[in-house]
Amino acid sequence: MDINEIIKPENMVYTKPRLMNDNPMHYCPGCSHGVVHKLIAEVIDEMGIEEETIGIAPVGCAVFAYNYLDIDWIEAAHGRAPAIASAVKRLNPKKMVFTYQGDGDLAAIGTAETIHACNRGENIAIIFINNGIYGMTGGQMAPTTLEGMKTSTCPYGRNVALNGYPLRIAELVERVDGTCYVTRQSVHTPASIRKAKKAIRLAFENAMAGKGTSLVEIVSTCNSGWKMSPVKANKWMEENMFAKYPMGDLKNV
Amino acid sequence: MANIKGAVVVNKERCKGCDLCVAACPCQVLALQPTEVNDKGYHYAFMQNPDACIGCASCGLVCPDGCITVYKVKL
Repeated sequence: MDINEIIKPENMVYTKPRLMNDNPMHYCPGCSHGVVHKLIAEVIDEMGIEEETIGIAPVGCAVFAYNYLDIDWIEAAHGRAPAIASAVKRLNPKKMVFTYQGDGDLAAIGTAETIHACNRGENIAIIFINNGIYGMTGGQMAPTTLEGMKTSTCPYGRNVALNGYPLRIAELVERVDGTCYVTRQSVHTPASIRKAKKAIRLAFENAMAGKGTSLVEIVSTCNSGWKMSPVKANKWMEENMFAKYPMGDLKNV
Repeated sequence: MANIKGAVVVNKERCKGCDLCVAACPCQVLALQPTEVNDKGYHYAFMQNPDACIGCASCGLVCPDGCITVYKVKL
């Protein structure tokens, strides 16, 4: 069978989501951010809430998220996305409000905002990209950096005596009463991507239903920061990150 | 599997040659261009072995830049 007979619109099974535009993404080749952007675009499209969705972009690598997804966005000050999301959701209770944050934004400068937004049970969804490093600023140590992991500010590996332990945000917010759904996913294989998509959909549905705060942590790679190829970074993540950050639902009420 | 055939179209100007689709393909259909590059200077992905494609869309799912469109027909 000729390939041109297969390539017809009626035979299409997968393509770039409609809500993702053609702007070239500034992310490094193989960055997990792109996959998560696609999942968010697909979920919003499937739920038909394109007009009701307001995303809050963080500071970090995903700072230009508003350039790539054709929905409404607000750019927050560093770490303050959950605070802005709280305000937006309270003023527009019918909108679906979510934040998209990395670990430098959510787990370092924005820890207080995150924990308090979760504790107040704001009806928002928080998408938390955890790659254990500050990617945008040049690979510095983040609170989520693994023990012994080398970064530009801990070139001999993270030393617990000096730098403390890796911070597990999902376990932390699981303990507060305002959260209704806390899960940890990854996007390194087709199967894990499908699971992550279901988790994002549930989080968005919870936000619409007013059940409380949902946090979807996505353990991802930063191949530039980790100084590896994208394929090797995925493997390294499976071998090292998953031991400290195990996959699965922590809370689903 | 013999009665399913797939095809992959890569948006070669958008592709950044990250190799994730090549690693995700269960049938070793895709490869990165060994010498050719796109306008950005990346070795983009292409169908090296088009007959083996089953249209499973694994490559499309893992592509971070949404460069891949997958087609599938039942024979």
